[in-house]
Amino acid sequence: MTIEMKNTTAAKVAKALLDWHRERGSSGSGMVHTFVVATDRDDFDEAYQAALAANREHPSRILIVVRDPGAEDGLDAEIHTDSDARGDMMVLTMRGRTVEHPGSVLRPLLVPDLPVVVWWPNEAPEDLLTDRIGKLADRRITDALGAEDPTQAIIDRAYYHSPGDSDLAWTRTTRWRALLAAALDQVKAPVTAATVEAATDNAPASLLAAWLELKLGVEVTVSRTDGPGITAVRMTTPSGPIEIVRIGPDETVYRVPDQPERSVALRRRPVAELVTEELRRMDDDVVLADVLAEMVRQNGQCALDLSGHPGNLQHPVQPSA
Amino acid sequence: MTPDSAAAPASQATDDAYTNPLRDPRDRRLPRIAGPSVLVMFGVTGDLARKKLMPAVYDLANRGLLPPGFAFVGFARRDWEDQDFAEVVGEAVRQHARTPFREEVWQQLLSGIRFVQGEFTDDEAFARLKATLDDLDRTQGTGGNHAFYLSVPPKFFDVVLEQLKHHGMADQQHGWKRVIIEKPFGHDLASAKQLEKVVSASFTEDQVFRIDHYLGKETVQNLLALRFANTMFEPLWNNNFISHVQITMAEDIGIGGRAGYYDGVGAARDVIQNHLLQLFALTAMEEPTGMGASVLRAEKEKVLEAASATRKFDLHTARGIYAGGWSGGELVKGYLEEDGIPETSTTETYAAIRVDVHNRRWAGVPFYLRTGKRMPSRVTEVALQFKTLPFVPFNAHDTATLGGNSLVLRIQPEEGVTLRFGAKVPGTQMEVRDVNMDFDYGSSFTESSPEAYERLILDVLLGDPPLFPRSKEVEESWRILDPVLDYWEGTGTQPETYRPGTWGPKSARDMLARDGFTWRRP
Repeated sequence: MTIEMKNTTAAKVAKALLDWHRERGSSGSGMVHTFVVATDRDDFDEAYQAALAANREHPSRILIVVRDPGAEDGLDAEIHTDSDARGDMMVLTMRGRTVEHPGSVLRPLLVPDLPVVVWWPNEAPEDLLTDRIGKLADRRITDALGAEDPTQAIIDRAYYHSPGDSDLAWTRTTRWRALLAAALDQVKAPVTAATVEAATDNAPASLLAAWLELKLGVEVTVSRTDGPGITAVRMTTPSGPIEIVRIGPDETVYRVPDQPERSVALRRRPVAELVTEELRRMDDDVVLADVLAEMVRQNGQCALDLSGHPGNLQHPVQPSA
Repeated sequence: MTPDSAAAPASQATDDAYTNPLRDPRDRRLPRIAGPSVLVMFGVTGDLARKKLMPAVYDLANRGLLPPGFAFVGFARRDWEDQDFAEVVGEAVRQHARTPFREEVWQQLLSGIRFVQGEFTDDEAFARLKATLDDLDRTQGTGGNHAFYLSVPPKFFDVVLEQLKHHGMADQQHGWKRVIIEKPFGHDLASAKQLEKVVSASFTEDQVFRIDHYLGKETVQNLLALRFANTMFEPLWNNNFISHVQITMAEDIGIGGRAGYYDGVGAARDVIQNHLLQLFALTAMEEPTGMGASVLRAEKEKVLEAASATRKFDLHTARGIYAGGWSGGELVKGYLEEDGIPETSTTETYAAIRVDVHNRRWAGVPFYLRTGKRMPSRVTEVALQFKTLPFVPFNAHDTATLGGNSLVLRIQPEEGVTLRFGAKVPGTQMEVRDVNMDFDYGSSFTESSPEAYERLILDVLLGDPPLFPRSKEVEESWRILDPVLDYWEGTGTQPETYRPGTWGPKSARDMLARDGFTWRRP
């Protein structure tokens, strides 16, 4: 069943939610955060399913915000009482000028005292912290790959990074990073050069390369392949090459010196899994902050063509002079 | 000795001065992947191996926590080839794994699965095992790192350990060697010391991992977090506020097909000595100075040393065996009618003891430990019962149904915390009644929290020992329990029978009634 409320207010929605909790005989406790999904009509289904899947590991109040600025002013709400969410699931359609004042709708509906997480599945505002929805949140999750221009999106993320921000492009590199670290655990040798191979304009590849450069102190080349995503990482060491090469959707080859070649499992993970990983931590990802700062340092102003960028001085990550 | 550092896998940290530039203690996303290694399992045909261990290995691989170079070797009497064993593992994984079956993960595992056929006394079989391991070190790159899991009855421990040593498989010159043994660690203090002697003849204390699979690391860490990461519990955690503590582990099943193992062992040795005394130690110990292996152990050892079973065992212990009858709507056999149990058996299926702790925090607070089979439900919990109020400003009728406050750490089946306190019943009458406030780990976090065995296996492969008991703890536990066991044996009588599907014999109720308490109904 869905409780549908047209032309309503946040107070009425909160009341309806409370009534439903009473009817169901539960106080709605046990939730660990409020999860706000800022989306549009186009990507609604995928975002809805991913939020629901992530909710299985982290029971939460899910508020899906659909923005419809072209319509007449107002707020419509649906409480999905039959979803298999383990917390609450609500869809809030903000119409007309309400889009400009999302805080007025969301604030009464946040779970008391617990963290607020906002996820933008595709286009995200340039500066998350000053965004009208973003400023309500303790954790802000974006997805550069969902944006129309992933490269520009990750550049925005780098320049405007604040503690609590993270991007799914970074999450996509976790398994690669884990394998590379495990390889060095085995090989125990200095790395003299490294290459990341990936599809053109692949944001995770840029992050992975920046991370390797930062940690290894060597120049990392990014070379283009047909993809999808990252297809290989190669590192040169005095003991011989370390290579992790994805040769098919389900097949990845792992080569380290003095050891037989092996296949490892390194599939591309669905968005729901990535979001679930993000929700495990509410603290700042300092390693990501370092990597983004490294990208800014490397690229400098000219390479990124920052003319017109405001260059926010309050932000921890500053483009170097 | 392995350092307590949490930053890098201990196995690497001890090797040499190499620091992996890609490892960063602040990088919380990178899982700690075990180094290349072989897990050798003795006793692969058992239930435990099929239902728990094999699926746990797969789940670890599926979560990306096993290294690319990982091999899994089975050792048993069966006349199997590698592929027969692989089939058994595959079957077990498909049936019992918690994570979805994925072909590519399975293929990765499959390439490292081997089987060695033989008896434990067969020198040639162990020579073949050694050859298999050497071959895996070459072909899979497992680097001489071998963990031996002895999922076999304890009477075989010495022969297997002896064989491993004899064939040079305990030698740590090239790669680490670790051995995993499961309870029971002996059947009394003397035999525990004897077992320790056997084990330490072949392996050093750092190489030995004692596993109590009832008490997963997750549970231990939950308990530590509740006690030491919160402000509001610890001030109450002493004899100023607590009247007594009840630690329960109940099973609703009988002994099933375990007659051969169970008879002569009994509930106290099977559960109290290890599981309940570990829970006791974690509940009663002082705050450790950190979460490292040695400091945690030090606190557990200290509180175990300060504890003893209350004398006058006729008044402060209880034991029973289940009679035949109806349990959960089903007609079941009594213990003495089970297959393979002699009619004259004096083995108990229910045991309860009182433990007193001789220190400032707990003097005067009895800890009651009980366990039993054929109880109404399967449940494990630690219940701290608070003292009753010295004065109640309500009249007696208003609080007629009010019990004491209690804090219950629920461990099974649904891990969580329950706080029981009095609340006014809505209405014009002034009536105060007990209510429960519940917290469930399961509903507040993660459905994919790792299974106890996954954590255990991973810790062994990482060389991360913190929560495994050492021989000292095992011996202290026997020291506490031995006098009770001796007393029971000395009576020469059979335990008191109790109806199946009930909370134990009358003597158990009497034992608490003597102290003015009643058992909680979990």
